[in-house]
Amino acid sequence: MTAITVYIPRDTAAVAMGAHQLASELAEQARLRGQDLRIVRNGSRGLLWLEPMIEVQTTEGRVAYGPVQSEDLPGLLDAGLLHGGAHALRLGLTEDIPYLKNQERLTFARVGIIDPVSVPDYIAHGGFEGLRRALSMQAAELVQEVTDSGLRGRGGAAFPTGIKWKTVLNAPAQQKYIVCNADEGDSGTFSDRMLMEGDPLCLIEGMAIAGLAVGATYGYIYVRSEYPLAIQALNQAITAARAAGWLGQDIQGSGHAFDLEVRKAAGAYICGEETALLDSLEGKRGVVRVKPPLPAIKGLFGQPTVVNNVVSLASVPIILSKGAAYYQNYGMGRSRGTLAFQLAGNIKHGGLVEKAFGVTLRELLYDYGGGSASGRPLRAVQAGGPLGAYLPESQWDVPLDYEAYMKINAMVGHGGLVAFDDTVDMAHMAQYAMEFCAIESCGKCTPCRIGSTRGVETIQKIRRREDLDNHVELLRDLCDTLYSGSLCALGGMVPYPVLSALEHFPQDFGLAPKNEPSRLAKA
Amino acid sequence: MQLPPDAQAFEPSDQAPVDLVMQALQQHAGQKGALLPILHTIQDALGYLPESIVPVLSEHLALSRAEIHGVISFYAHFRTQAHACRTLEICRAEACQARGGLELAAHARRRLNCDFHENSSDGQITLEPVYCLGLCAQSPAIMLDGIPHARVTPEKLDALLNPKGVMP
Repeated sequence: MTAITVYIPRDTAAVAMGAHQLASELAEQARLRGQDLRIVRNGSRGLLWLEPMIEVQTTEGRVAYGPVQSEDLPGLLDAGLLHGGAHALRLGLTEDIPYLKNQERLTFARVGIIDPVSVPDYIAHGGFEGLRRALSMQAAELVQEVTDSGLRGRGGAAFPTGIKWKTVLNAPAQQKYIVCNADEGDSGTFSDRMLMEGDPLCLIEGMAIAGLAVGATYGYIYVRSEYPLAIQALNQAITAARAAGWLGQDIQGSGHAFDLEVRKAAGAYICGEETALLDSLEGKRGVVRVKPPLPAIKGLFGQPTVVNNVVSLASVPIILSKGAAYYQNYGMGRSRGTLAFQLAGNIKHGGLVEKAFGVTLRELLYDYGGGSASGRPLRAVQAGGPLGAYLPESQWDVPLDYEAYMKINAMVGHGGLVAFDDTVDMAHMAQYAMEFCAIESCGKCTPCRIGSTRGVETIQKIRRREDLDNHVELLRDLCDTLYSGSLCALGGMVPYPVLSALEHFPQDFGLAPKNEPSRLAKA
Repeated sequence: MQLPPDAQAFEPSDQAPVDLVMQALQQHAGQKGALLPILHTIQDALGYLPESIVPVLSEHLALSRAEIHGVISFYAHFRTQAHACRTLEICRAEACQARGGLELAAHARRRLNCDFHENSSDGQITLEPVYCLGLCAQSPAIMLDGIPHARVTPEKLDALLNPKGVMP
């Protein structure tokens, strides 16, 4: 009997719902039934409410079942799980599930499909085509290709990636570095984690291409200590890539060198800021410094350094393999390509949705997300992480585009979206944002270090309705100081969640009658 | 071009802090800016970073004791006291709050009879806050002894804590 292939994700999202136990029990039960089985531990498809979602390879394609718990296995096997048999948990052909089918997956094209640490599997699905082409190009041509694609940093600032690379290319130095900022510690984001666990070779390929483009021969992936499975997958993938000659002194006999290592962070949110991250990589406290000099000129160990986010670097292989025009063709305005939106919080069908820019929050929340998980009306959505604005329903039809969001004092950031139902207390959320800033401030600049603590106290007074008008004015004043006077985005952006909560949900601060929509909500 | 670090697992032959430091230094020899990796290696092996390692590191890395102390105290992940035998981390970030994270944290504090950064009253479990485990679509989430768990209700948390006979 030929072995049947079953896919069970090794992604944290599946593991946190029992995937490891499920895999070992399925292997055992299949053995008892005399069934030859090959279990591939793939990444997650991103349909996270269905995890663990397992897939069986059939002649028609991969058939999905989910969410599968260990106790479902005997029934599933009896129903012919291994041949795609009918069962209440059967979801049909994976590729036909509307949530997946309607996406535009470029960066996440292989995530959930391949064995994340298998070089042959990666290559069979188009992997290393970008690097192969890059090896035949001049550095300046490579930078131009990335510039032409319109790719902008997928972290927060949305700076054009090609421009950053050009600066590093033109900075003369003996040694240059590629640093991947995988310290994405924002609530509501898991795209970096999913990419690193589901297709780490894609990130490695992107970094190698970046190395060729700017003349860097070494790289670092600085990963959060909170993501142990991502660190494990990256290390396995690096070892595999090195063994297959895609990393090292002489990549595929081209004479070009590039190698890299994973560095585990240590639980400081501020190290997601690039200058703090570089200090941390050098073995110091992660403290922000003033720019200039830019890291592109004077970065890691004083050398020219590219610092890019995971998804930015992982978007590069497809730009090289399919060409800048192909990538540029997706998106709207100056926001080109796709973004991996992450539906999180109180949402029925939470998960990863990669779409071209221009999709609206309402489409994502209802067409994909299926509304709230609690069944109550959705009330507020925080976009772009803990320093992003809270958006009321009146703003859910604005197309997701960097410039359009800037116009409404919000940010797309890394595409993380956290939904809240009508039980949320927005004054509490504003206070939490300030508390978070106070806990995570690196302490170097006064507005952030002291302003956030005073901000917490002021919001507490507002919530107790003490001298309301004066304290609201004081809070606005503090936010203005933080916004204008902080050294980096932590202090500089905490006014976004605080002020958006105050503007759009004044009733939660005692500033409007409970059942009356706020003045901005009417506008 | 610098060479990547040896991927061999770190297996200290002796648990005495000073020997351990020497072995960790050797493990990371040739790695640039290696203080954080060295500290991780020691903490992974010992469970915490005892005060006695600071002078040894200072001598061998040509850094002042103040600099090393500054690094250890700056990062939330590093600790100078050993944890209890089990560690429960509860995510306190927004996405978990949107799905009952506050109630879960309150339940854990009541049940363990301690606050965050403290040990349970029976000394068995250390309770720590964590700001995002990347399980935001399946919140609230926790990490128990390094294993992630999603969609955790107070009942599910109790069941996770019970099997090992802790706090019945």
